[in-house]
Amino acid sequence: MKVRHALRALDGILRREMMRSLRQRARLFSAMVRPLVWLAIFAAGFRSVLGLSITPPYQTYVLYEVYVVPGLAAMMLLFHAMASSLAMVYDREMGSMRLLLTAPLPRWYLLAARLLASVVVGLPLVYLFLFVARFWDVRPPALGYVAVFPALVLSGLMLGAFGLLVSSMSTQMENFAGVMNFVIFPMFFASTALYPIWRLAEAGRVLATIAAWNPFSSAVELIRFALYLRFDMVSMLVVVACLVAFFLAAVAGYDPGRGLWSRRSGEG
Amino acid sequence: MQTLIALGLALVLVPPAAAETIYVSNEQDNTVAVVDGATMTLQAAIDVGRRPRGMALSVDKKVLFVAEGDDNRIDVVDLAKRQVVGQLPSGADPEFFVVHPDGKRLFVANENDNQVSVVDIAGAKIIGTVDVGVEPEGMAVSGDGRTVACTSETTSMIHLIDAATLELIDNLLVDTRPRAAAFSVDGKQLWVSSEIRGSVTVFDTATRAQTGKTEFEVPGIRREGVQAVGIEMSRDGATAYVALGPANRIAEVDTKTFTVRRLYLVGQRPWHVALSDDQKQLISANGNSGDISFIDLENQEVVKSLPGGRGPWGVVIGP
Repeated sequence: MKVRHALRALDGILRREMMRSLRQRARLFSAMVRPLVWLAIFAAGFRSVLGLSITPPYQTYVLYEVYVVPGLAAMMLLFHAMASSLAMVYDREMGSMRLLLTAPLPRWYLLAARLLASVVVGLPLVYLFLFVARFWDVRPPALGYVAVFPALVLSGLMLGAFGLLVSSMSTQMENFAGVMNFVIFPMFFASTALYPIWRLAEAGRVLATIAAWNPFSSAVELIRFALYLRFDMVSMLVVVACLVAFFLAAVAGYDPGRGLWSRRSGEG
Repeated sequence: MQTLIALGLALVLVPPAAAETIYVSNEQDNTVAVVDGATMTLQAAIDVGRRPRGMALSVDKKVLFVAEGDDNRIDVVDLAKRQVVGQLPSGADPEFFVVHPDGKRLFVANENDNQVSVVDIAGAKIIGTVDVGVEPEGMAVSGDGRTVACTSETTSMIHLIDAATLELIDNLLVDTRPRAAAFSVDGKQLWVSSEIRGSVTVFDTATRAQTGKTEFEVPGIRREGVQAVGIEMSRDGATAYVALGPANRIAEVDTKTFTVRRLYLVGQRPWHVALSDDQKQLISANGNSGDISFIDLENQEVVKSLPGGRGPWGVVIGP
């Protein structure tokens, strides 16, 4: 694998992702509106006018809007990752995936490039959301917007790798509704994105335990801590470990000789 | 060039504001918490008498007077030694008091006896009493030292006392359950908070007529949940800060228009607030959540809430 060749492939994949995302205006728009609906309507109902108890990294009482913003940023990454994985399934049905994977470069590299491209395309929207959230008085320190960048990239890569894994296992686009119901919703709701862990513990030990082990919670907390200039080591380790595990599993899943991919070729 | 660099460094490394110490009375712990204002950390807890609430610094800022409601006395805390070095009589159930600008006398509200006791600090004795309304609580003294104001919770009045003759000058009816009073820095206005009405009423001290009023509202909180208690006036006279009790908020009020500029979310049930000497930091003592909130007034945000003991009530900022 020559470096120049590899870079050209990366460049091509990046451009394709960008063009696709810019062409899908409706998707861009809905990706932006979704967290704002949550912030403006859902969070309003849970407003907690008297302030939420102090939960790190916050050093004082915060309103629910302040608490939920990092979770919504992670939600944007999750939906983006799933939409991107849906696009993978679509690519496969249309045949362009075959074209990509037959490029004379290692499969893992092509998948990693695809993953990176997807995160790069998704990040500007998250930043736009974080800035718009300032109108709801969610004002992390200025440096927090810089510190959150690596946290967003890592979380985006981890969720993207998870999306890749899901796409390697799902054989048809129709299955995506199932992915939505059985993957995105549980992952999002049973996490610390919407409620702090002590609030979940009030609802039930089981839910709190699930949320504590949910890698999406780690992504949320990594983002939350970084946004307030704190570093959450445990969350980072969990996110990195999950990223590696999901990615390796996805690479194995996309191996024509193995996994569901081979079964699917058998069908055709 | 070197001087330029040095100048540049000096500009970057602006020394932090002169270190200030914050004193908070914990009415359920019988302590006064000592907090470093710069680092926002708890430094010590000074053991004092039972149910400490109202506090004030001596004019030379070397000692702190603490009213001990259940011990019917005032403790004198040496700030250098951080311990009680003396006691003053106060009359029954002292809740709040002020140090007269002459530095020699304290004016203490005796909640159960419906009177104000005047305490001679040097002689450690009560040198006079003034009868006021039922359950006197809030105390204030004008900058020129001529007038002392006392609110009576049950009578819903503010009583004006001539500090020299100890005669009542006037009694003004105010909103229900007045808790605190404060003179404006120029002495022209007198602010009184009402706990039940959730309001502050402002009087002209010359004509004794009401000149302004602010009724507090916090969106999402029922009206009874918004109660006005402690008041702190900024030195420039432009702003008053009012603790809103169970609404968990501190209101920033414009003293010209009597409108609320903004509300700060702090811990549960803030009783009193105090401004740092540089007027950049506001501290609230939050009775129910047992913590102290630090508000950065330059950036207009609450930066931290520090656990400080059980039942924080009064707050005083010293050197």
